[in-house]
Amino acid sequence: MSLRAVYFAWVRERIGKTDEMLNPPADVTTVGELITWLSAQDDNYAYAFENPAIIRTAINQNHVPHDTPLGGAYEIAFFPPMTGG
Amino acid sequence: MSAHLRILIQRDAFDQTAEYERLTKGRTDIGAIVTFTGLCRDEGGTLSALELEHYPAMAEAQITQIAQDAAQRWPLMDVVVIHRFGVIGIGEPIVLVIATSSHRAAAFAGAEYVMDFLKSRAPFWKKDHRADGQQGQWVEARDEDESALGRWQA
Repeated sequence: MSLRAVYFAWVRERIGKTDEMLNPPADVTTVGELITWLSAQDDNYAYAFENPAIIRTAINQNHVPHDTPLGGAYEIAFFPPMTGG
Repeated sequence: MSAHLRILIQRDAFDQTAEYERLTKGRTDIGAIVTFTGLCRDEGGTLSALELEHYPAMAEAQITQIAQDAAQRWPLMDVVVIHRFGVIGIGEPIVLVIATSSHRAAAFAGAEYVMDFLKSRAPFWKKDHRADGQQGQWVEARDEDESALGRWQA
């Protein structure tokens, strides 16, 4: 599977990039598993996702919880709790 | 009931008076108009600006959804939301919400609902710029903002 990942705010700063294409292995099937897989890639991802419970995620620009399957995702976003308004 | 929505995500400052006049000019059906403007405060002189990052593809869709949800719950005629991004100086406006209706209850509730959901569901993040020149920090989400949503759960 190939999908575009986008990162915002301190998640972006810790990972050190705004976006990238990801090609996770077939056994990564949910948002939460993707976070676990990314965290094992290097120290930057591990730092960004050190507290996975506070990371918010969106698939194809819609908020989703971490147990959401990745099937049909073309874009996944990772970001901290929002502070707009 | 379908409300007219005007949703803008922009870098530039906005003119709330012009938005008000744009809505009310020539209209005789509006009985209540509630406008909310969020400003960049200086936190006791410690901040010089806020920098707002956003997720462009998602921000407009989320705010549109929130405005539509409000218009489903209350008989609103118009919902205007203008949210800025980029560097915003202290004292400058960040966000504008306007809700119109026949009566005040719907206009008040609609505007407050939109602001409550916008704070915790619209993909914007604030980073502060320190007046003393120190490295800015990402503003942390407040628990009150998340719990504020609870009162709207039917």
